[in-house]
Amino acid sequence: MAAAIVLALALQTTVAFTLASQHAAVDLVLIAVVYLALAAGPEAGLLGGSVAGLAQDALAGGVVGVGGLSKSLVGFLAGLVATQFIVAGAAHRFVVFFLASLVNAGCFVGLYRVIDPPGVSASWSALLTQALINALIGILAFRIVEGAPGWWHHRRMRRSALRSRGRI
Amino acid sequence: MSVTTLDPRRRTFLFAAVMVGHLVLISAQVNTKSGVPVLSAVTFGAFAGVQRAGSAVVGAVTGTWRRYFALHQTALENETLKQQVVALGVQLQEQRALAERGRRLELLLKMQSAIPQRTLAADVIAGDASSFFRTVTIDRGTSDGLRADLAVIAPAGVVGRVVGDPASRAARVQLLIDRSAGAGAIVERSRAGGVAVGDGSGLRLEYVSALADVVPGDVVVTSGLDGIYPKGFVIGRVVSVEGAATSRTILVRPTVDFSALEEVLVVLDRPGAGEAGG
Repeated sequence: MAAAIVLALALQTTVAFTLASQHAAVDLVLIAVVYLALAAGPEAGLLGGSVAGLAQDALAGGVVGVGGLSKSLVGFLAGLVATQFIVAGAAHRFVVFFLASLVNAGCFVGLYRVIDPPGVSASWSALLTQALINALIGILAFRIVEGAPGWWHHRRMRRSALRSRGRI
Repeated sequence: MSVTTLDPRRRTFLFAAVMVGHLVLISAQVNTKSGVPVLSAVTFGAFAGVQRAGSAVVGAVTGTWRRYFALHQTALENETLKQQVVALGVQLQEQRALAERGRRLELLLKMQSAIPQRTLAADVIAGDASSFFRTVTIDRGTSDGLRADLAVIAPAGVVGRVVGDPASRAARVQLLIDRSAGAGAIVERSRAGGVAVGDGSGLRLEYVSALADVVPGDVVVTSGLDGIYPKGFVIGRVVSVEGAATSRTILVRPTVDFSALEEVLVVLDRPGAGEAGG
């Protein structure tokens, strides 16, 4: 869990930062939290979201706790969904990631509106775009994580076969 | 990775704890309109309520405690004051009694100096021993020169006589209103003679001539003929004359209040035959 969050933060602050456009930005930390929640349950989602959100807040320079609260909520809800429904298909996961992104954005922006009336602003289109991107990357992440062991095994088998042929 | 969950209760508690923790964290960084951090304002407000409640409880307890002590102290003071009031009341009664006694003694002294016979002042120390007899006990006896049949008088009039054998420091006095008591008497206005006889509560004037002029209001005095009471001391006043001729009933109200006798004079000299005849 910790490794996933650290990796997500590292990628978020390096790769995603450089890829972020003016209209939409991917949230790799959110994707990691939702993945964690879907894989490990609401408690893991809650705690993971809390830690990840706080870390993100600390690095982002805003009010520490807003992101933590948003991601805690999202992680918890995503975990609850995973315990109540079968979320194994790509479409299901896409919906979860998509809705989780919207909930996170709504909570984050809403909290800032309450704390500081000017707050942070985001257009619906930007939010929807971000949610779409997050959902796609989330599905991809699932594919990578779930397919990585098999791919690695398959690669090893293939390389060992090539070695044996060359020796022959 | 497998999905593991806590029981719903613990999960809800954990969720609430995390949410509250984040809210507290956010509040610590956000200022109110007055510039005070929200966490400080909320904490201060909440704690101020707790402090207010605590202060109210402490105030109530200390107030009750103080009031209890005040009440306790007041109760003690009240008890002391009550005792003082009682003591002062007793003291006042004593002073009044002393004043009254002084007044009575003054009257006795005047009377003593006014009458020619030797007299001796005495205090009534006891009342009737039986309801059938009307007697009192005085604090003078044989050591003071008392003997039987000495007249006892008061400023208001005749009281009675010493009966029986007096003790050395006490003597029994038969009151004039006793059923077996009697004294030679005359009506002061008409000089009609008779005998004043006790009936237990008052007096009757008997052995009065059928022709004697006796009317209500007449003053009856001792005649001195009985050899006991000196002549001229007031016995009482006629209150009613009923019947006619020899069957007349003359009721006399004594001038002495026998229920309030305290100091008396014992006439040490018995009237002589010559005086009685005068």
